[in-house]
Amino acid sequence: MTPVLFAELVAFCAGVLLLTGVLIVWRRELRAIVRLLAVQGVALAVLVAVIGIDAHLPELVAVALLVLVLKGFVLPVVLGRVAGPAGPGRVETPMINTTASLILLALLTTLAYLVSQPLKAAGSGPTAAAVPIGLALVLFGFLVLATRRHAISQLVGFLMLDNGIAAVAFLIAGGVPLVVELGASLDLLLVVLVLQVLTGRIRAEFGDLDLDDLSELRD
Amino acid sequence: MAALVLLPVVACLGLAALAALSGHPAALRYAAILSAGVVLVSGLGLVAVVLGGTTPTAVGGLLRVDALSAFMLTVVGFVGLTATWGGLSARATTGPTDRVYPTLVCLFLGAMSLAVLADNLGVLWVAVEATTITTAFLVGHHRTRRALEAAWKYVVLGSVGVAIAFLGIVLLYAATLASGTPTLSWVVLDQARLPMDPSLVRVAAGLAVLGFATKAGLAPMHSWLPDAHSQAPAPVSGLMSGVLLSVAFYAILRVQAVVDPVIGPGLMRGLLVAAGLLSLAVSAALIVRQRDLKRMLAYSSIEHMGLLALAAAIGGPLALTAALLHVLGHGLAKSSTFVVSGRILAAEGTTTIAGIRSLVARRPGVAIPFVTGMAALLGFPPFSLFFSEVAIVVAGFRAGLGAVMVVAVVLILVLFAGLARHTASMLFSPSPAGDVPASAPPASTAVMSSQPDRSAHGPRLPLVIALGATAVIAFATGPVSSLLAQAAALLGGTR
Repeated sequence: MTPVLFAELVAFCAGVLLLTGVLIVWRRELRAIVRLLAVQGVALAVLVAVIGIDAHLPELVAVALLVLVLKGFVLPVVLGRVAGPAGPGRVETPMINTTASLILLALLTTLAYLVSQPLKAAGSGPTAAAVPIGLALVLFGFLVLATRRHAISQLVGFLMLDNGIAAVAFLIAGGVPLVVELGASLDLLLVVLVLQVLTGRIRAEFGDLDLDDLSELRD
Repeated sequence: MAALVLLPVVACLGLAALAALSGHPAALRYAAILSAGVVLVSGLGLVAVVLGGTTPTAVGGLLRVDALSAFMLTVVGFVGLTATWGGLSARATTGPTDRVYPTLVCLFLGAMSLAVLADNLGVLWVAVEATTITTAFLVGHHRTRRALEAAWKYVVLGSVGVAIAFLGIVLLYAATLASGTPTLSWVVLDQARLPMDPSLVRVAAGLAVLGFATKAGLAPMHSWLPDAHSQAPAPVSGLMSGVLLSVAFYAILRVQAVVDPVIGPGLMRGLLVAAGLLSLAVSAALIVRQRDLKRMLAYSSIEHMGLLALAAAIGGPLALTAALLHVLGHGLAKSSTFVVSGRILAAEGTTTIAGIRSLVARRPGVAIPFVTGMAALLGFPPFSLFFSEVAIVVAGFRAGLGAVMVVAVVLILVLFAGLARHTASMLFSPSPAGDVPASAPPASTAVMSSQPDRSAHGPRLPLVIALGATAVIAFATGPVSSLLAQAAALLGGTR
């Protein structure tokens, strides 16, 4: 792979990651959010594959396949089953309006670039330049977790945060050791499955998935 | 030797599979106790091996047992045995066909064992995350609205917090990559003195501590803890409060030992002092007005984790040895009191502090272990928590953290007063007269008031062993003190 092509592909994948992150915060319809998360997972997998092919690491290409299956396919399908069929009423009202959340996104992206200055020491080139995008996704995930009260949105926020962390890991260090990567992927899958079961029980007990109902435990 | 290292994890997985697949009543009833027993025995065996001067490894170095790992494994086993064996009676109410509960408890014990045995920080992280997964349904076991709420908050906050710790570990890995030796092995990071970039390590350390502190229940990331620990079944509360928090704290200690030589002790000390004092303040504020026994015990755990954070901030052999002794003493006392709280719930039908009256006169069988456990938690001598708390405060003054220690002692005294007042009200205050009509008392009330209930509502022996050990361990010399000294030395206690 030529250096120019590599740089363009990394930048493209990072761009898709950031764009899907913005759209997830912007959109209100739950199924659309889950589809965007799937696109983000695919973009992450392509990014890993590009890094792996450029560095001639077949191990990393295998990890890319794992990421593709897990984040591009399995997790969105699980979330889609929680969300139920499409239709009206599958739209949530976040605690802040669209304009405010888009302004916050701009601020968070700036913040990501500022706080990633110390990370520049880890290397240079197109991958190091894209590290702030990963951090921005982490911050976007926090924003979704903090401002959305629907169980599926919380799951999406958590997964976006995880995508951001994975992106930073692959961009800055070419991923973590394989045994850790496998363990972390299995943990992520199990956490999402646990939360899926819990959402089912919450729906059965409370009638819907609005987490504002979860307010009995206080001091 | 590698077999002994693998034994706790493999045995827990095997017993989990047995409980899940066989469904035999005896297997379901005793699998968790057996798991904890195996963990304890292998922990003690590994302590003997480590004191003999060797550090066994397994699975190509992914697992490695030094004095600290052997000590923590023993704590996991001992506290696990107290909680599961002591919790036997509470289990009988869940029905003989419930396979999920014993399976998850076995897996939970296995995950904690893996966490303390791992040499690789990434594997440690995977195991800590696995404890969240295995305890999620245990917290939500009762399937009430409150239990569901607690479980949801616990899994979301726990996973997000631990994910932040993963980002920290990734950045630490990136720092080693830039220095030419990519590794997450704790022993290599600790001993090789790799030329890592301090600014990157600084960010990594901050994130890792933030993440693991969430799991350790340190304020301000503690909000899930009182909910989860109060809604879980009593033995699970005992396991989570008594030892899971300490396992997460152990991860902080390992990270601290790696990063302090690179960036100096300032950052970690600042973070840990802030978290420690805030934890003490939060638990003090909420214990004084607490209305529920289990939530009170949960806030007491936040207090003790805050003390541990202060001990880690102080550093040095005295504070770190005291911290490890505190981990053991708190684990045993807290698991015992949670087990007793489960028995009180079974006997009285409530855990509200106002609903539990004159326990000493009416139910001496549960009141005596309860008051003993609370005395240990309050830090009365001869229980080891007294000695570890005094040692931490003394070490703090010697290290020049006098102002911090003064604030901490004041907060501890407030906590002491709050806990003592609630405990005394449950033990001694007379039942409200309105409950019993004076003219015609029902037969059952008459029988109960004339003949106090001396039943312990469960096995006595585990509580006697746990609280007895808490009472004598501070006076133990020889192997115990040399083990603690070796473990503290590993964490930089000799520098």
